[in-house]
Amino acid sequence: MLTKLTHDIATPLSRRRWLAATAGLVLGLAGFTTAKAADDTIKVGVLHSLSGTMAISETTLKDTVLFMIDEQNKKGGVLGKKLEAVVVDPASNWPLFAEKARELITKDKVAVVFGCWTSVSRKSVLPVFKELNSILFYPVQYEGEESERNVFYTGAAPNQQAIPAVDYLMKEEKVKRWVLAGTDYVYPRTTNKILEAYLKSKGVKQEDIMINYTPFGHSDWQTIVADIKKFGSAGKKTAVVSTINGDANVPFYKELGNQGIKATDIPVVAFSVGEEELAGIDTKPLLGHLAAWNYFESIKTPANEKFIKEWQAYTKNPKRTTNDPMEATYIGFNMWVKAVEKAKSTDADKVIDALPGTKTPNLTGGVSELLPNHHITKPVFIGEIKGNGQFDVVWKTPGLVAGDAWSKELPDSKDLIGDWVGKKCGNYNTKTNKCGGQGS
Amino acid sequence: MLSKVSRYFRALPFALFLIVATILPAMAGAFEDAVAKFANDEFSDTEEAVDTLATSSNPLAYTIVSALQDDRLMADPDTKKIYVKQPDGKIIDALTGAPVDSLPDSAASVRLNNKLRRHVEAALGSLTLQSPDPAKRVQAAQSVFKTHDDAMLPAIDSALAKETNKDARLAFSEARAAILLFKEDATDAEKLEAIGIIRSRGDQEALALLTGLTGEQPPLVARAAAAATTAIQNRLAIWSAVQNAWYGLSLGSVLLLAAIGLAITFGVMGVINMAHGEMVMIGAYVTFVVQQTIRTSFPGLFDYSLLIAVPLAFLVAGAIGVLIERTIIRFLYGRPLETLLATWGLSLVLQQAVRTMFGPTNQEVGNPSWMSGSFDLGQISITYNRLWILCFTLAVFAILLAMLRYTALGLEMRAVTQNRRMAASMGIATSRVDALTFGLGSGIAGIAGVALSQIDNVSPNLGQSYIIDSFMVVVFGGVGNLWGTLVGAFTLGIANKFLEPVAGAVLGKIAILVLIILFIQKRPRGLFALKGRAVEA
Repeated sequence: MLTKLTHDIATPLSRRRWLAATAGLVLGLAGFTTAKAADDTIKVGVLHSLSGTMAISETTLKDTVLFMIDEQNKKGGVLGKKLEAVVVDPASNWPLFAEKARELITKDKVAVVFGCWTSVSRKSVLPVFKELNSILFYPVQYEGEESERNVFYTGAAPNQQAIPAVDYLMKEEKVKRWVLAGTDYVYPRTTNKILEAYLKSKGVKQEDIMINYTPFGHSDWQTIVADIKKFGSAGKKTAVVSTINGDANVPFYKELGNQGIKATDIPVVAFSVGEEELAGIDTKPLLGHLAAWNYFESIKTPANEKFIKEWQAYTKNPKRTTNDPMEATYIGFNMWVKAVEKAKSTDADKVIDALPGTKTPNLTGGVSELLPNHHITKPVFIGEIKGNGQFDVVWKTPGLVAGDAWSKELPDSKDLIGDWVGKKCGNYNTKTNKCGGQGS
Repeated sequence: MLSKVSRYFRALPFALFLIVATILPAMAGAFEDAVAKFANDEFSDTEEAVDTLATSSNPLAYTIVSALQDDRLMADPDTKKIYVKQPDGKIIDALTGAPVDSLPDSAASVRLNNKLRRHVEAALGSLTLQSPDPAKRVQAAQSVFKTHDDAMLPAIDSALAKETNKDARLAFSEARAAILLFKEDATDAEKLEAIGIIRSRGDQEALALLTGLTGEQPPLVARAAAAATTAIQNRLAIWSAVQNAWYGLSLGSVLLLAAIGLAITFGVMGVINMAHGEMVMIGAYVTFVVQQTIRTSFPGLFDYSLLIAVPLAFLVAGAIGVLIERTIIRFLYGRPLETLLATWGLSLVLQQAVRTMFGPTNQEVGNPSWMSGSFDLGQISITYNRLWILCFTLAVFAILLAMLRYTALGLEMRAVTQNRRMAASMGIATSRVDALTFGLGSGIAGIAGVALSQIDNVSPNLGQSYIIDSFMVVVFGGVGNLWGTLVGAFTLGIANKFLEPVAGAVLGKIAILVLIILFIQKRPRGLFALKGRAVEA
């Protein structure tokens, strides 16, 4: 199990040490990553779980960063230096994320870190990045309500995914009744809070909103799917907005298919289901259910086709899928490269100052820009699940949508903005004109 | 006699069409225009085309629309020609119905969205109202019931007049009632009769229809609708209790399946086996490999893939179990803490090994056709996969019980676990029995994996989600007693499912845990405690 982490630690361990290492796995790994200090390379930290529950999603992002580094080195690296990846495994263990981040910054002296998936892991490493003044690129859609000087959010904020999706259902599908179903943790809870406020502002009544939370990895969906069916039979068009996380989705969709809930009756729009998750299910019964993302593998642009081809060649797997967080990693990586070249240095302060305003093409034909609030502009797509496990884009926003760090729907955060260029503040209150509002 | 007449009538529209089509080329022109619109690949054009086809009497209309629904309608953007890929793989020209040798490379399937899919369903409904197959007519009537479109009333009336099949008659009269209920100019008497018919249908959809009745209604109608709504709701409330019981049985069967193997290794042998869940996971991966092989080499056998996977999963997981017992657990008997740590470490090793071999992502395990879908029993729908898993679990349980009671190995197992030294002095090779018992427990966990692959993710984490539940069931049911495991699993399953609608999934789970802790306080040895000297051992 250790061989996967880095190549240089695959030395045979004695039986006793092996036992110690497995029992104390968490501690056992800390001492292993060796760092060869070399001046002719720039080190890039990769902080994604390669074991534990989150490995299912995060391993792909680790490969993506390695792929991007490989591509960049083929072009001659950055500032005339080659890039070198330092991969660590925080093992889906939140406190370990902070330890590993500290190790990357202080011991390996990385210039930048690409990493984290869950919000709790991001929150866990935040103090480390602040204290040691380094840079983190976070590539996953999240609940917003945050803007930090050391973090760059290349995934979607709620107004770049959840709100447009609800708009689509309201306009195109004439949905009147809403089921907000999610896994019980911070991202679904905050997103649903924002959505509930948004729906109510659009005149949806409380009795037409059903909110349901389930534990991580929930596998018995019979009751909840039956409840949704019942809720949906009140004579008004009903839709499910799903923030159900990763693993629990497969049994959820299987149950939907088996109980015969078709997308034409009750469509489900998901924020955490991408090409990768669908790879585990037979999508025939799910035809027409929806997902909202800023990127789909099926989008036909020259940039995307090139990316997919090179990615599949790099992974030596002609069937390997791509997904939205991969595109976010791609954009983040290219922005970092541009900013470093602009600043002519990898010094954290200089790069942080150079990053806002950086523009790089995304994979769907637009040009994304890094905003002063450390979020980026992205297009929003609604895709319908097809029989082959891909998505068919049925709707997209006319232009790119700027990410809001602070939701305009919540009373606590509607006056806040993040501005690291002019105001040098992540939670600037536009009402009181003071830095430091609620939420952070 | 009657059927002859009705057959004559059913042929009538087709004959009429032949006449109309030859006399009025303009009609055929509408059909051609509609088909040509598919080539534009614009949702609005496709919608118009579908709506036109729905009222078209061209016999190809049904073929085209059903092909569109199944993603088999292909359009060539260059030549603007439309093709239908028939279910048997043959290709025909959509306009003429003439066979075509092969599809042009540029042809792509015509895209759909949900709105269009609804149009397609409605179109298929009106196109199949006259279908010779009664089941299809029932389906068509159901889709009219859902859309209750005024324009369909004459078609439904004429279909109802000549319908002879009992089910189809009922479906048509329900569809008619649905239309009348929403028709602006229907009389009160008609509406009241419609409400009566819908009330006697009495399911979710009937309720949806009645609660969807808005706007100004005459007081008599409004009162009848309200009464019907309450009547249906009361009826559904009783059914929902039945449904909860069924869900509970189903969840119980999953718990039992996951826990039987543990009931042997932990319950009978006393080994705290944290790697039990990984044996389940290995069983699921065996299913995946079997299906993969079948898909690439023998696609015809796919429906039997699970039957093939069951013995293989038992052997693979069992062999790994024997290996673990011989290399690790054998040195740790009587040292529960070390066993716990070693098997936990082992579970991580196995997970990461699978992750390295198959990748961290979910693998697709398909459902054979006999395990997909559901059937209705009264007002509840029972899904086939859950039903089969329940039967399968009970079968595994019965076989295991018989094995322990009637075979020589079973006798030896019981002897060794009850009194090891006595058994040894009777000439039983205790260490061999230990290995086989552990192998048996692991093998059964492997079988559980085959069944669980049908309802859960096949990923390296599969086992983790079942290990806690399995221990809970075994401890609750009483260590060392298979019947206790059975009763424990079903009790927990049903309790969970009755709590879930009230308390929610998260709180429900917590409540169950609290209840078990309280129960263990009262009866530390579980539901069915072993009596006698074995307790002291």
